[in-house]
Parts: sequence; C-alpha cells; structure tokens
Amino acid sequence: MAKYSWPKRGTSALIDSSQDRIDGLEKATGAAKYSYDINPPRVLIARALGCPNAHCKIKSYDSSAAEKIRGVVKVVPMKKVGDEVRWQGDLVACVAGESEGAVAEGLAALKIEYELILDANGKVDVFVNEEDLGAAEAAGRTGKGGQSVQLEKEAPEGTNEDEFANQEIERLLKESAAVVKGYYGIQAITHMCLEPHGSTCLWDGDKLTANLSTQNVSGTPGQFAAPLGITAGDVTVHCDFIGGGFGSKFAADTWGVLAAQMAKETGRPVKLMLDRDVELKTAGCRPSGFINVTVGADKDGVVKVWDSVHWGTNGATAGGVGQGVIPYVFDPKNRRRVATTVVTNTSPSRAWRAPNHPQAAAMTQVAYDDIAAKLQLDSYDVFMRNLPSVSNGKADVYADQMKVAAKLMDWKAKWHAHGKGAAKGSIVSGLGMAIHTWGGGGHGSTCNCKVHPDGAVEVFLGSQDLGTGTRTCIAMVAADTFGLPLDKVKVNIGSSKYPPSGPSGGSTTIGGVSESTRRATTDALVKIFDLVAKKLSVDATKLEAKGGRIQVAGDATKGLSWKEACSLLGMMPLDVKATFTRADDNHLSSSQVGGVQMAEVEVDRDTGIVRMKKFVAVQDMGTIINRKTAKSQIYGAVIMGIAYALFEERIMDPVSGAFLNAEIATYALPRLGDIGEIVIELYEPDSEYNRGVVGLGEPPVISPGAAISNAVCNALGVRVPVLPMTSKRVLDAIEKGRKA
Amino acid sequence: MKDQHDMRGPGGGVSRRAFLKGSSAAAAATAMATGAGIAEADDKQTAVLGPEPSTISLNINGKSEQVKAEPRTTLLEVLRFQLNLTGAKPVSVDGSSGASTVLIDNKPAAANIMLAVDCVGKAIRTVESLGGDKPDAVPVAFVHNDAMQCGFCTPGFVVAMRSFLDKNPQATEAEIRQGLNGNLCRCGTYANVIQAALEVVKGGSRG
Repeated sequence: MAKYSWPKRGTSALIDSSQDRIDGLEKATGAAKYSYDINPPRVLIARALGCPNAHCKIKSYDSSAAEKIRGVVKVVPMKKVGDEVRWQGDLVACVAGESEGAVAEGLAALKIEYELILDANGKVDVFVNEEDLGAAEAAGRTGKGGQSVQLEKEAPEGTNEDEFANQEIERLLKESAAVVKGYYGIQAITHMCLEPHGSTCLWDGDKLTANLSTQNVSGTPGQFAAPLGITAGDVTVHCDFIGGGFGSKFAADTWGVLAAQMAKETGRPVKLMLDRDVELKTAGCRPSGFINVTVGADKDGVVKVWDSVHWGTNGATAGGVGQGVIPYVFDPKNRRRVATTVVTNTSPSRAWRAPNHPQAAAMTQVAYDDIAAKLQLDSYDVFMRNLPSVSNGKADVYADQMKVAAKLMDWKAKWHAHGKGAAKGSIVSGLGMAIHTWGGGGHGSTCNCKVHPDGAVEVFLGSQDLGTGTRTCIAMVAADTFGLPLDKVKVNIGSSKYPPSGPSGGSTTIGGVSESTRRATTDALVKIFDLVAKKLSVDATKLEAKGGRIQVAGDATKGLSWKEACSLLGMMPLDVKATFTRADDNHLSSSQVGGVQMAEVEVDRDTGIVRMKKFVAVQDMGTIINRKTAKSQIYGAVIMGIAYALFEERIMDPVSGAFLNAEIATYALPRLGDIGEIVIELYEPDSEYNRGVVGLGEPPVISPGAAISNAVCNALGVRVPVLPMTSKRVLDAIEKGRKA
Repeated sequence: MKDQHDMRGPGGGVSRRAFLKGSSAAAAATAMATGAGIAEADDKQTAVLGPEPSTISLNINGKSEQVKAEPRTTLLEVLRFQLNLTGAKPVSVDGSSGASTVLIDNKPAAANIMLAVDCVGKAIRTVESLGGDKPDAVPVAFVHNDAMQCGFCTPGFVVAMRSFLDKNPQATEAEIRQGLNGNLCRCGTYANVIQAALEVVKGGSRG
C-alpha cells in the first residue's frame, strides 16, 4: 500500500464532500483584511501617476509645487529625465501623503514635460492596431514567433522541405471535400483584478513587512530584498486575502519595492495601490490573437489538412500566442502553423488564466465549426469525428463528456443547420461547442503540521487563497487525515515565513497543497498511532483515526479520544514537515484534464445583441477535495469566458496610443443579469477519483470563447470572426454575409 | 477655532455646493456634530468648511462616531482609514462597480462618491453591521451558496442584496437577475449569488 493515499471513495466525511468555505463569513461581512484594507497607525497613502502618452521621453520633471501641498509627505520620480516611455500608463512618479485628497492635489501639481517621439511623418510613433497584420509589417513591428510543420508523407531525399510542404498542403486541400479559408481573432483583455496591484509596507528596524496583494507569498521576499539592499530573510510577505490575480500578481513589481522604499525613507507605513486606470494600463493584460487559416476536410468533416499563420501581441515586449497550441487540442496529421509576433505600444502582457489556451481555442475551433457549416453537418458530429486527432490522448474522455454535455443541453432536439433555425421576429438561436485541455499538476509545496498535547491541530503553508477555496481544502485534507471535524484544524497560510509553496498559477495549487498537507498530517498521525499502540498494547498498523477517535479499526472499544491520544505527546507539540516536489512518484495528485462546453445563444439580428441562454460545462479534475468550491471554479470560469466572448476588450486609439476604456464604467463586463442559465457537470467516474487531485482553475475558462462564437455562427449562418462579439461586430458580420 | 474658516478665508480654494448654514461658525459645528436640522437654521451668516479637517459626527451602524473630515473627504475614506470598517472597497472612480455600497438612510449608495460631510445626520449602515455573532441571513446565504471567490466584491454585493430583498422579500429569480446589476464581480460568482438570493427569499428571513 502506498505510504500516502486518499480514503476509498465514499468513505470520508470530508474528501469529495461539499463544504462551506471556512473563511466565507469573514469575506461576506467585510471582516476579511486584504492588502488594501491594512491600515497601520500613521499609514501614508501613496498613488502612482501613469504617463499620459504612449510613446515619449521624459523632458523635465519638477515636483517642487507638489511637495509644498499641505498633506503631501513624499514625492518620488519613477523615471529619469531622458527615459523613454513606450506605453500609456507606465508609471512616472509617485506621491505619498496624509489623505486621498492631499495625494490627489499633489499628483495634479506635478510638473512633468514629455517629448513625444514622432515618426518620419511627424506623427506620434505608436502602433496599437495589432489586428492589422499588414500595418504591423509596414510599421516594422512584426517578428518570427516560431513555426512547425507536420506531414504524413516524408519529403523525398534532395527536395526542399518548404517546397514539399507547399506542394503537399496544396494537394491535400485539392483533395478535400470542403475547404474553409477563415480569419478569426480575439482582442487583448485586461485582468481587471477588483483589488488592484499594490501593497502596504512597513518596517520594524531593518525588517520589512510587505502586505502584498500576491499570488506568490513564498516567492516574492527576494524580489523586495535585492533592490532594497537587505536579505530575503529580512522580508515578510503577507497576504491573507487577495482581491483577484488571475495570473497578474506573481511579482513584487516596481511599485511594491517603491512602497517599501518610501516607508523606509519616511519612517511611516506606506500604502501604494494602483489607481484603476493605471491598473488596467500597466499591471496586466492578455495577448490578443488573430489567424488566417485554410482548412481542408473530408465529406464527414474530418480535418485532413491545416495551414495557418497567426499573430498577436504581448505588448511592448515581443511575443504573443505561441505556435504550439495551434490548432487547439486537435492535431491533424498534416498541418503547418506559423506564429508572428507584433510589438505594440501597450503594456507587456502577463499570464492570464490558462495562458494562450483561450485564444488558441477561439482562433481554431471556430474553423472546425465552419467546416461543419460548410458541409451543413451537425457540429457535434464534426467535433466527435475529429476526436481521434486530439493531442493529449483523451479522445475517449472527450467522447464521453460530449455525450453528457449533449444530453444536458438537449443538443439533438435543439440542433439546426447553421443559419437554418426558425426566427422569432428578429431573434435567432444557435448552439456551439468547444473542447479544451490543461495540465494542472501540483506545484512543489511543504506543509508543517503541529499537533499539540491538548489536541489542537495547526498546519502552516506559504501558500495563498486566490478565492479558489485553498484554505478550506487544506483544512479538509488535514481534518480528514486525523478523523476530526473541519473546525478542529487551524490553517495558516498567506505568509512567506511559513514553509514554501509554489506560486498559485497554472492550476497548480490544489495538487501541491493537498499533497504536502496529506503527507505531513499522515506522518504526524503515524507518530500518534505509535503512542496509542504502545499505551493500549495494540498493533499500530491496525489503528484508524475516525470520528474524533484513534481506535482499532473495526473495534471502537479499543481506542482513545483524539484528546487523550494527543495527551500522550507529553509536554511538547508534535512538529512534522513534509514536502512534495513535482518529480515525486505519488498517488495523491495527477495532471492533464479535458473538458467539453456547449453554448446556446439568442442573437437579435436587428440590434446585434447576443444573449446567453444556456451554457453547459462538463469537466474532469481527478479527485475532488471540495465539491462546492470546485463547482464555483467552473461557474466563475464560464462567466469569465462569457465576458471575453461577448463583452470585454481593451480599446486603443490608433493615433495617440491611448487606452480609451480603462475604467470600470467603460470596460464592458457582464453583470448578474447577463449570464443566462449555467449547468455544471463534474465528470467523475471512479477512474477520475482514483487518479489523484488535478487543478481546476484554468481549464473551464478556455472553451467559452469558441463555444459561444460557434453558437452565434450557428444562429446567424455567418461567422462573427473576432471576439468579443459586440453588437457592432455582429451587425458587421450580418451585413457582410448579406453582401456575399 | 482653527477648523472653521470664513467663506473667503485663507486658503479658501476648496469649497462645496452644500453650504452649511448657521448663525455662527460654532453653531455650524454644533449642527454638524449633532446632525441637527440644517434647513431650520437661519441664514444670516454662512460658515464654510475646510480646507482644514473638521470634526464631524456620523451615525454609523447605530453608533455615533466622531471623525475628522475635510470637505473633500469621502465617506469611504472615513470608513476605511478612521473607523477600520474596510468591508466597503475602493474599486471604481465613479461607483460603477458597486464594491463600496453602503446603506444611507436605508438606500444603497456608493461610499466612494459620497462626501463624509454630506452624511451628517444620516443613518449609515455598512456590511459590518450584517456580521457579528448573529450574522444576517444574506451573508449566511452567500457562504452557504459559495457566492464568493476572491471576495473583494462580496461585501458590496451583500449590502446591495440586503437592500434589494428588504424591498422585494418575495423576489423571483427573474427579478433577482434584473435587480442586482449594480455590482461587478470579476471572479464570476453571479450564478452563486442568484442562488444565495433565492435561498434568502425561501427562508423568508429579513435582517
């Protein structure tokens, strides 16, 4: 038997049950303290100023007037005179003061002159329209992003491989029953963490406490220490609650270090949280993606050849969606994919929930759906027939999940060929689907478990709860090991002084912390078993922890209460540490999931407005710790998907490079009334339960863009090629379809 | 008194439309501190607040709280920095996220666009009033239905729902979907929030 294991399915009161989150009431009644909420005595409020220009040099800087404002305590430049600024919102200066009003006045009184950087025509040298590949090339903004060719036939000796690929692709397209030449895309979006990036920093002598809004408590102390000239051991990064991260909050960031510096220099705590507009302009966005593709399929809709060029931007640093995820999940035997990077005057992108996957799905699974449209086949059948080509070996899982999803959607009854549904007035409805994949293996994690002689149990992990319910899952695992009720375990996370856990990104947290917590608590339990066995003169291997007792399995009369058992520890608590690393052979966690999603929409052909009617998400995730928070992850991911499918995008002014909608009021996001009916199905045959825990944060956020786009296309009979499908894009597509 | 300035007093660049009227500066201060009816005061003289902070009295969660406020100080700043009531959150510049929602005389309002001095004499209720040993049915339903993830929007949502369900105790699902669109959630908790509201309606409980 494995040294560490999960309870046999159906035998645990906690593992795989539905539990309220243990910190829920704190959050719901405002008691939870986020970095933004920590106000030590004499705290100074600091705000950073974003550059108003997208491409300029700092010409002059004069803070004398700002420094004289009543209540302003400190003004610090964040750029030097002569420095180049390459995107609007890049931070140029910071003001700290006694009140929000004083700081606002101070910021307004800063005199900074900028020299716009002009092109040969005397216009501001900016490029933000990454959708236009020709313009990007003309502006010299493109670069090679990698390519890959895969062909069934090998190039004969002595032939040029590129030429052979051209010939083969041409031949395969000619032999195809249906060919789709498609253009698709998805605009850049921001992270829009409701708690912006930032920290409240304070010093005690030479020791820094950074109350940082972070996904990475264990990994950020060194990022503060190096620029401050101290050691990582002198830094405590603390984050009990984080108001959203989604991949954008792994670093201390320049403004985090600056808050610490200002706190040192003023001798007072400093709170520096980014303003909303600066948050959106500089602290995180997701790369856009656009693709030109030619796809050939046989008469059944099975794709035989794929040939694509796609492009997009990481912002001011080169990059974009890599070539490895194109086409998405499906990997036909003959395919060529070429990625092009575009450099824009926008902030560098940051990891956004399932980096690259949502864009890849939205750029490629729409082409599969267009094959179905062209052949007037049921999209479900076309997806099903292409499953043998999936790249992750999960064809059977997808097939099974598709059947489950179709039933929940009532797909067969609702299906009509693309554009052939009955209209109710100006309203047409449609169905679409997509599939996704993600790793989600656990990150390295160490858990320290203390069991006190009075029976108290504490666990310590340098992890963080992004809102996924990590704190609760850790408590469930520990309590399950000891056979205790959930509230008998005290979970301590959110501090870099606890044993390290990896950053919470890539859906790696639940696998990591459940592994380390199970290991540490099991090791502790073995020691307690030994003490009890000795005391009762029984075989330690026959003992179990159940219902608040340590007892001989199957004989509750031979045993001790948890408290009695712990009293055998004597004076000192039991203190056990266990570490999980990714390289470990393990039975507690796993990786690689699939997932199938289906969307039903209504589109008003007169207004171009798309309404969500129903959405079905079927998701596998290995062993489930907490069913309640697992479902919440999927609901949330689907709603975030609806957001980028129908609402949100970064809107840039091509002339000035200004980010035009960098406020909550103008950056469109769905509200409670916009989501329609969402049906979640946890896909959980015994094979899933038995394979161990897999992270769930990313996978369900990947498919909605493609699924909803496919549903809109099924409703209208024309493709709305670019997400989000705003009413303008929908009306433009209808108009284009009419002309064609 | 240093806190009061003549209308055209030194540094009088900061003023606001809602002048506090009183027979003297001291009377104005008293009126503010007690929340006494301002409209009844005569208009022989006009006192102007600021730019220095004044001490004002606010009725928050049933308690009278003395706070310092400049005319430009928002209610949210007072709640968060002086009273350690950090449930209401700063998210948007214009209140459009709903994250700073509090109840003012039982009406939902965005505390980040309310001036503290405008709240004198009004009953302010924050999300913290729904907590404590016997939490209100709305936050309890939020927990039970897991209507939160990161939780940053949650307090504002809870207050908005409490207010909405006070007015619509028998709200249907369609009415809930129609009536709670003032609060923005990024994590995507809306589906759970709808369930939480339905649970409160079913339980018939009122805070």
